[in-house]
Amino acid sequence: MKKDNLVTQQRVRMQAGRAEDGLGPTSDIGSRLRALYGAVQDEGVPNQLLDLLEKLDNAEQAQSQAAKSAPRDGE
Amino acid sequence: MAAEGTSFKREMLATLPSLRAFAVSLTGKHDKADDLVQDTVMKAWAKQSSFEMGTNIKAWLFTILRNEFYSQMRKRGREVQDTDGVFTERLAVHPSQYGSMDLEDFKAALSKLPDDQREAIILIGASGFSYEEAASICECAVGTMKSRVSRARTRLTELLKISGESDYGPDAVSAQVTSGNSF
Repeated sequence: MKKDNLVTQQRVRMQAGRAEDGLGPTSDIGSRLRALYGAVQDEGVPNQLLDLLEKLDNAEQAQSQAAKSAPRDGE
Repeated sequence: MAAEGTSFKREMLATLPSLRAFAVSLTGKHDKADDLVQDTVMKAWAKQSSFEMGTNIKAWLFTILRNEFYSQMRKRGREVQDTDGVFTERLAVHPSQYGSMDLEDFKAALSKLPDDQREAIILIGASGFSYEEAASICECAVGTMKSRVSRARTRLTELLKISGESDYGPDAVSAQVTSGNSF
């Protein structure tokens, strides 16, 4: 709840800031910027990047599994 | 431990499209941007213990990516910066609300901005960061960030006016260019 409120407040502040600076929803420059940026965002994430993240996560989970199954090895 | 890793991954995944768009705006090329994002993901993963879950992962990742970009640029000299501008490649999906010439003009104008002004207006206007967040990403004062954004906007307005008025003959253009140079 509290966190949501903070996020909303932040968003309101941000939009106010952008409007002041001529980058708000009705601004020509602002909307063209977001059109370019959004077009790249909408391309999706390349598979090689998704694979990398998957590998990193799997390696870490395997590592923590191994640590769990062999507790206090040295004793 | 495992659950933490998974949620770190999930939060990273959610940020990747925007992080990648920022990378494209810095490098100007999709393949270089993807390499940069990949380096960033590995760096971030290696130092995830320094990240506090629940805090702003997006700003954290953008900071790492930006530092990585400028450090690679310093190492390789000007080679990395050898691009024709920003968002130079043809977009796979063209934003439908704009004619293609319209956005071409805009891209050309954007590429004429100094690097610090361009990244400022992109972080604030497109990535959706607050001035405080953008200032922290670029390691500058909030006031500096505000002035960079404002100068970028003024300059873009001037440049777009120039290209808009080029239809009316060379005199109007040179008059505009002269006033633009004083900036």
